[in-house]
This record gives sequence, C-alpha cells and structure tokens, in this order.
Amino acid sequence: MRNTTPKAAPLSDEFAAGGGLLHRRAFLRSGTVLATSMAAAGLTMREAVAADGPEWMTKQGAPLRPYGMPSPFEKHVERAVLLPFGPVADGTGVALTPLQHLRGTITPNGLHFERSHNGVPQIDPAKHRFMIHGMVKNPLEFSIESLLRYPMVSTVCFIECAGNSFFNSNLFSKAMQVPVGHLHGLVSAAEWTGVRLSTLLEETGADVDAKWLLAEGADAAGMSRSIPMEKALDDVIVALYQNGERIRPEQGYPMRLVLPGYEGNMNVKWLRRIKVLNQPTYTKDETSKYTDRRPNGKSNLFTYTMDAKSTITHPATGLKMQGPGVYEISGLAWSGHGAVKRVEISADGGNSWADAHLEEPVHSRSLTRFRMLWNWDGKPTTLQSRTIDEKGNTQPTRAKWSRSYGPGQLNHCNAIQSFTINPDGSIANVFI
Amino acid sequence: MFSFKEIFADRWYTAAAAAIFGGFILAFASGGSQDGAQAVSLGKPLSEEVIAAADLSITPDGTNLPAGSGTPAQGKIVFAKKCAVCHGPEGKWREGLAKPPLVGGIGTLKSDKPVQTVGSFWPYATTLFDYVRRAMPLNAPLSLSDDEVYAVSAYILSLNGIIKENAVIDAKSLLKVEMPNRSGFVSRWPGHTH
Repeated sequence: MRNTTPKAAPLSDEFAAGGGLLHRRAFLRSGTVLATSMAAAGLTMREAVAADGPEWMTKQGAPLRPYGMPSPFEKHVERAVLLPFGPVADGTGVALTPLQHLRGTITPNGLHFERSHNGVPQIDPAKHRFMIHGMVKNPLEFSIESLLRYPMVSTVCFIECAGNSFFNSNLFSKAMQVPVGHLHGLVSAAEWTGVRLSTLLEETGADVDAKWLLAEGADAAGMSRSIPMEKALDDVIVALYQNGERIRPEQGYPMRLVLPGYEGNMNVKWLRRIKVLNQPTYTKDETSKYTDRRPNGKSNLFTYTMDAKSTITHPATGLKMQGPGVYEISGLAWSGHGAVKRVEISADGGNSWADAHLEEPVHSRSLTRFRMLWNWDGKPTTLQSRTIDEKGNTQPTRAKWSRSYGPGQLNHCNAIQSFTINPDGSIANVFI
Repeated sequence: MFSFKEIFADRWYTAAAAAIFGGFILAFASGGSQDGAQAVSLGKPLSEEVIAAADLSITPDGTNLPAGSGTPAQGKIVFAKKCAVCHGPEGKWREGLAKPPLVGGIGTLKSDKPVQTVGSFWPYATTLFDYVRRAMPLNAPLSLSDDEVYAVSAYILSLNGIIKENAVIDAKSLLKVEMPNRSGFVSRWPGHTH
C-alpha cells in the first residue's frame, strides 16, 4: 500500500481516537501542500515530460480492440481459487475476490467471487429453457429472447457466500495468515438488471396460499434451494445483466436469481426451473451445508439474511506498510438488513473507536466504502472496524461470535476483523 | 467488427428512414396502452409431459419419488463401481478422499468434535435420493437409473445403521426412514416450524 505524502505532525486536537486515528479536517488542512510542489521545481510541463522520456509518448499505441482488458501490469489482480477436493473435482470450490487490490464498491465482473458445485456450464442461450410450474394456474416456459422484452429493474447489491470469512470461523482455532481477499473475498457487489420474479409469478397465476418456491440451476450439480414466497414477491430479480453486460458464465449465464441481502447460495445461477410449493424441499444444500450448528448441537435452518459486517481492506493482510506516517484506512461495510449507517474504527485494539467517513451513495444491502486518516507511529497496534446498520445491528467480537455457535461452525461469520500492524511493516490476522 | 464505410454505405439510409418513420409507428402502436396497464406476457404454456420430465425435486412428503427399488446389497455393487473412488468403499473418510464422510458421527453433534454426515446430520432420507439422483457421481450426474439411486441410498442408510441390511428401499419405505437428527433443526423462518 502507498504511503500518502508525509505531512506535518498532526495537532493534538486532530486525533479522533486512540492509536493515531485522525479527524477528517486533518486531511483538509494539508490539502495545499501538494499544489505548490511542481511550481517550486521550476519546470514547464513539456520539459518535465521530455526529461522523463516516457517511450509511450513517442510512438503510436496499440490498436483499438473490441473488448477491453486490464493492463498486463495488473496480472496479479486475480481471484484466489480454492478447491477443497483438489483436482479430482476442479469445478467444485470457490474463487475469492482480491479485496486487497480493489478500492471501489462495485466488483469488476471478472473478479466477482464464485462458488460453484460442479463446474461452470457453457449454456447456449437459444437452448436454455426456464420454467415456472407447481401451484400455479398456468405453468409457463420463458425463453431468454422473451425475457429480454420484459420491463426490467436494476438493483445495486452485494452477494455474499454464507461461508464467507470461514478462515475466521470455528473451523480454525488459530488465525490464518492469508490476504484479506482470502479472509473476506466471498463477497462482491454489482448492479444486477433483469425481470422481477413477482412479474413472472403473476403471469403464471401462482397460488396465493403457496408459501415456498424451489429454484433449480442447470449446472451439473442441479443446485437447488427453497425460497420463501414472501421474499420472491418482495425484491427478487431474475437477472440477465451484471454491471450492464450480460451475466458472466461463472455468475450464472444466461440468467440467475438475485435475492438482495440473502446468503449467496440462494441466488441460484443458471436458473432453469421454479416450482411453486406449500413447503420447503429440504434440498441437500439447505440441510447439510447451509445450516448453522449451535453449541447445544441443534442447528438453525433457513437463516437467510447476511448480518452486518465490515473489514478493513487497506491496510490489511496481503499488503505491507511503508514505514511510519499518515495512511488512509479504507475498507468495506455491508448488511443484508439494510443500509450501513455507521462504521467505527479502532486503532488501539478496541479500546477506543471513531466514526469513519462513508462514501456516498450508501446503497441498501450493498458494499459501502469507508475511509479514515491514521497517523501510524511505527509501534505495534491492532486495527479493527465494526458496522452499525440502519436497523441497529452491529458486529460481535470474534470471541463472542465463536461462542454462539458449535465447534467447526463456519457459516454466517460476521465477527470483527482484527489486523495487527507490526513495527517491521508486516500485517497479521489476529483473533480477539 | 464493421467499418465506418460499411455503416455509411449500407446502413445510413436505412437508419435515417427508421429514425424518421419509426417515430410514427411507435406513436400509433402505443396508442392503445396509454395507461401503462398492459403487461408484457410472453410465457408459453407447458405440457404435463414436459414438466414431468424436468421436475427432479423431491419434498420430504415423497412427492415425485419414482417407481423402482433397491437394497443395500445392490447398492454396494453400484457404490463400488461409481462412488468409492471418491468416498471410499464404505463411505468413511480417509486422507485423499472427498469430505465430508457419508457414514458415522451419529450422536456426536453436541460433542467437542461433531461429525456431520448423511447419517448423523441430514434430517430427511428423501434429500439423499434427490441429491444422489441429480448430482452423483460428480463426473456423470443424472446417469444412475432410479433403481440404482434407491440402491445407493439404501446402502448409505444401511452403512449408517439406520436401516437393516436386508431392507428394500422404494418410494414407500424411504418415507418411513427415521433419520437420527430429524428433530435437530430449528427453523428460523417466521411462520415455518420444522
């Protein structure tokens, strides 16, 4: 991570909390420093450029191409692919968003996290059929072509795997030293565009007494989940577009469900079928995987909403400090219950907290970027962040979260992330 | 890719004409639905046959369980041929095999080392049939016959000691299987009790 331009030592009234956290006005005061530096050097712009001699200003660049790609110098910015079963099942696993390399709130399409259960199907949209049947007056089939003619809606939201942050869950008794993208990169955000599921359910004349749906993907796992009708009629989208372009194969091309705020697994990819029912189906995923075991051995079933959460992404594991001085602490906050209202940051291991600046717009149930200036004195300290959402939900400490679930429980871990900054500039994941 | 030349030579006049006349056509076409109440309605009716062929899912009440049957002994043969390479011959985990194991762990869920398997954790046997049929084996999903799925289900249930070795599993008997952790779940969805 880059150190910001060194500034004069902060005034004592500029500290917002312990550990060197600074009020925003400390940044505003130092804004004039940079503007004068070029003039002081006495160079014109042409001379400055010629002296530097950048070769790319002296010859023609590459031809225009139909589809833009990242710079070859950004090749290291890619998803980490984890395959729990190894090469025998190379389509089963996760690809995590490299949060340590991203600074925005919308995830680039090629870097959106992925959880796939048996590979990515290459679906020919002309042959794809999507059907709604069960407790409906008129069972119907919709082609992609016809769905593209329906009135559409867009929603900006996060999708988070229920297993996100499993490195900090009860699966591990010691904190793993992996980049922040490994720790929390099973969350991403995008603008999803498509047809309201309620519109299509209405067209089929779905039974008002039916309380549940079964949604099924056209992948080689036939991944399926039950969805409450109440959610389906509220805000679920049959999405066709991701950040303006058609959904990527890894994300469910040609169509997927998007359930804002609900655990990722329910956002069924490669959607082929919805069955209207008066009971949940108790599919393999919603019983054996996406249930949460409590200390008494019983398991919570149908725990859908992803709780209030945040993590600092800069500085964080996967990055290195560049000596004492002023840094911007930056990170992401989100809640499946609604909009992020506040994010507090501690730079002294949780002894004192101060409010971070939230970047606008703060979308409900999407990623919010928070920022705060921090003057690191070079001594060891621990950075933390915690979200408070508009419903008053906040994040528990890792110790408290851990105690409220059974041994080995990994899903729905929204514990506070703690990063210890060491004098040598290294950054460690720690359990507090 | 097309060049500017192509656009101007071949499409310019067409595009201009469409822009001029299209406005009139749209104005007429939208005349009938000024109130905006007219919905797009493009779904095509589905026949019972098409639905039956596509409807894979099985609920705990047994809806959709097909005809056919299988025994643990028959399942052992299918399992050895098509499942053991990943799950081990008896569904028990060891290094190099797929996790989690399919067998064992019954009674461990309250302990310090809970082991979640089909036997110790899954609440309904219908889920076992549904999942094996749709997703297994990993390299050839939907390749097992219904008899084979009943047999493999019976074998896994028998390895867990949930059914007897000589049991015959079919649509009726599968529904009668009492899974050990049937009452081990608490629904968190308002209005739905498990």
